[in-house]
Parts: sequence; structure tokens; C-alpha cells
Amino acid sequence: MDLKIYKRRQLVNRVGLTLSMSAMGLGLFVLLWILYVLFSNGIAALDWAMFTQSTPAPGSEGGGLANAIVGSLMMVGVTALVSTPIGILAGVYLTEYGDQSKTAGLTRFVTDIMLSAPSIVLGLFVYAVMVAQVKHFSGWAGTVALSLIAIPVVVRTTENMLRLVPGSLREAAFALGAPRWKVATMITLRAAQSGVMTGLLLALARISGETAPLLFTALNNQFFSTNMNAPMANLPVVIFQFAMSPYDNWVRLAWGGALLITLTVLILNIVARVFFRDNAQR
Amino acid sequence: MPASDTPIRNAIEIRNLDFFYGTFKGLKNINLDIAEGKVTAFIGPSGCGKSTLLRTLNRMYSLYPGQRAEGQINLHGQNILDPKQDLNLLRARVGMVFQKPTPFPMSIYDNIAFGVKLYENLSRSEMDERVEWALTKGAIWNEVKDKLGQSGLSLSGGQQQRLCIARTVAVKPSVILLDEPTSALDPISTAKVEELVNELKNDYTVAIVTHNMQQAARVSDYTAYMYLGELIEFGKTDQIFMKPARQETEDYITGRFG
Repeated sequence: MDLKIYKRRQLVNRVGLTLSMSAMGLGLFVLLWILYVLFSNGIAALDWAMFTQSTPAPGSEGGGLANAIVGSLMMVGVTALVSTPIGILAGVYLTEYGDQSKTAGLTRFVTDIMLSAPSIVLGLFVYAVMVAQVKHFSGWAGTVALSLIAIPVVVRTTENMLRLVPGSLREAAFALGAPRWKVATMITLRAAQSGVMTGLLLALARISGETAPLLFTALNNQFFSTNMNAPMANLPVVIFQFAMSPYDNWVRLAWGGALLITLTVLILNIVARVFFRDNAQR
Repeated sequence: MPASDTPIRNAIEIRNLDFFYGTFKGLKNINLDIAEGKVTAFIGPSGCGKSTLLRTLNRMYSLYPGQRAEGQINLHGQNILDPKQDLNLLRARVGMVFQKPTPFPMSIYDNIAFGVKLYENLSRSEMDERVEWALTKGAIWNEVKDKLGQSGLSLSGGQQQRLCIARTVAVKPSVILLDEPTSALDPISTAKVEELVNELKNDYTVAIVTHNMQQAARVSDYTAYMYLGELIEFGKTDQIFMKPARQETEDYITGRFG
């Protein structure tokens, strides 16, 4: 036995382990730092008024984020309703129907481009084709811009998750005489459901913090409004505008909003993990 | 042909069958009859085409572009290689069980009901009966009757495979194909599945691919020995194992080759 080879391997192992641990440590450190800054600045704004009052006018005291919270919830909600079916259907098409076909290849290519397109470009696009045509900003336009970001994410994760389903499971369903659509909906999609749902939640988490596309589309609204056809308040744009303002209460609200978004995203992620892990083990 | 008392009817007659993976010829001019109500085993070294042959019988290969078969396979007199053949209906008549257990991600009950619902509209109580019947046929009823609502994935490997056999039986096919059904199982589970195969032939025509020659000898009535895409020898199992006509068969069976 050559102990030299063994010792060398142990050394390489130790070096590799150290590198990966420090990478993890760095990531964790930055995350904790962000959370610390957010909490220390934002916790003061996290009160009942934040959820009940609308954004204050310049120079006035107090105020909250109720209009922005409701606006964000509505736009993200509608985006979820739009992008979930489209994204999942496209993902199912790519794995179960199109597979190696030209149409599928083209769809994948377009999805990849959309996935890496800067969100400000998508915002500008929706501004040009929607906002500029009707001559006013609107919640609908914001929803369209957010959907353009969310759909490719859902398509990609759905496809990836469906690909993880072993081919033998598909064959087993086909072997019973099941038609393709039944195999896709009852077997493969069901086998991949926790992964697909996690992808959905991650897509929602991603768009709930998007600012650039909303600047051009939903813009902002100082008042409480649930009219999707009018400019709509939303957390990211309020944070963007308030954080740079000279008013103390605005800056405080901006931190509060930032903390709120981060906590929501964090909770979404944790729920996705805990809930779907239990589901998978059942 | 066997000098038995009752005349043997053929469930499947394979005539001049060639099979291609792209340009590679996987099966070469296969001619073979599969007797109704009997167990026919396909043996041979890895890559000899035995699984390929099995997968032509329910046209599983049609899922994959680039794979095609030429010749004739007559199932009860009807050529299933006909392009007009409806594949879903064919697969409902020719069931298949795979090497690795493949329970669906749903309850044990729904695993059985899934295939039944595809072609039959049963009331709740009729479905309950069918599920119990199929699980009994699959020799697993006693182990699962108190947990039909549990996921099929919660069962052990051997139980999962018997669940898959029950699932195949539940749709009442006329032929059941078994593709190395015990190669992923422990000896006790294997014995149970073999016992099950013996039961199945009372009601179904069974074709089984196996790597295990003792298994072929134990469960089958007829055996086909294949090598490099060709059918070398086919006959009654006793005859193939006791007095093979071809030297290649004897070499393989006695372990001198393969």
C-alpha cells in the first residue's frame, strides 16, 4: 500500500473542504449582515400603522404602507394566476410533448433569453406597447411586466423538475394504456409536484421584489386604490422613492417596507421547503 | 411442437421480425409463437435483444423516435405492427411489468384504480371490489388491506413490485409481459413473485425476460434462447434445459459462456 497517495488525497480533501466551508461562511455572513441592517433600521417602522395607513404626503407626519402592500399583493397575485398555468403548460410541453422537436428547441431558446433579459428592458417594453398606447400607468401593465419575468422562471423550473422524473415511471403509465395527457397530468406532474410548486414560489419571491419593471408600468400611487386600470402603489417602487427622500418618516417607511419584503420572501422560501419536504416523504 | 393432450393456441405469432435502433439492427428475423395460457421465457446474455423483443409486443418502442420494427406480430390474429393499430388499446390488452418497481406517486388504492379508470366506468363499490381482486391476484392484499390510503412509495421494493403486477392485472389484459421483474429484488421477494407468475398463467399468457436461468427453468413452459439479436433456439423449457438441440444453447445454459 502506498501511503503517500492516501496522504495526498487526505490533504486535497482537507483543502477542498476548507474552501467550500469558507464559501458557505461568506454567503451566510453576508445574508446575516443584510438581515441585521434591515432589522436594525426597519423594525421601528414595523407597527400597526404601517398596515392600516397609506403612504404619507410630503411633509406630513406618520403614515404607512397599506396602499403599497395591497398593490403589491394584487399585482403579484394576478401575476401568479397568469404565469402559473402558462409556465406549467409550457414546461409540460417541453418535456412530455415537444422534447427534441424544433418548436421545443426554439421555446427553450426564447425562454433562456427571457430569463436573462434585464428586467428594466422588459419594463420598457411593456411601457412602449401598453402604457404609451393608453397614455397612463396601470396595475395591469405592472402585472404584464411581472408575468414576463415570472413565466420563463416557471417554465424552466417545471421543465427541470419534470426531467428528474424517471422515464420508467412514464413507461409504466403508458404500459397501462394511458394516453399522453393523462401520463403528463396524473403521473409526471404529480411526481414532480413539490419541485414545481417550489419553483412557483421562488418565481413569486423573485418578482415581489422587482422594481425596475414596475417603475415604467404601475409607477406608484400615493392613495389607496384597488383599481388595476390606474397607477398602483407597490412596495418596491415606494422603497425606491422613499429611501432617497429627505423626509425622516419616508426613509423609516422605506426600511420597514424593505424588511417586510425580505421577511415575506424568507417565509415563502421556508414554507416551500418545510411543506414540500414533508409532502415528498409521505 | 409439444405432443400434449390439448391443442395449444397461440396468443402471439411473431413473423420475420426485424428491429432497428436507428441504423443498428437489434433483432434479426425473429419467428416465434407464444402459447396462450403458458409462460414463455426469453433468456440470453445482456444485449441479446430479449428485452427489445418484449418491448415490441406492446409497442413500447414507439415512444421513442428512431426505433422501428418490421415484419408481423399477430396478437390473436391481428397484426399489431400495423400503423393503424391504436397503441393505448394495445397496451391495455398487453400489460407490462418492469425491472425496477414503478409505483405511481399516489395511494396504493389509486395505483390500482388508475389503469382501471382509463377504460372502465365503475361505481365506488365495484372499484373497491376490483382493487381487492387485483391486489389478491398480486398476492399483496393481506399486507396492504389496512393501508390502502397510504402512498405506494411507502412499500418495500418487493411489495412495490407485486403492487405493479397487481396494477397490470387490474386492467384485465390478455397478455402480461415481465421484463426482468425480480432482478432488483431480494431472494424472498423473488420467490413470491415467481409463485405469482405460476398463478398468473392460469388466466393470462405470460412472457418473461430473465437473466436468471434457474428462474426460467422454474417458472416457464417454453424458453427462447437469444444471442446477438437472433433467436437461437426455442422449445419446451424441459427440452431446452435437458437436451438443447444447439451447441450454443447448451454452452450458455451450462455456464460455459455468457
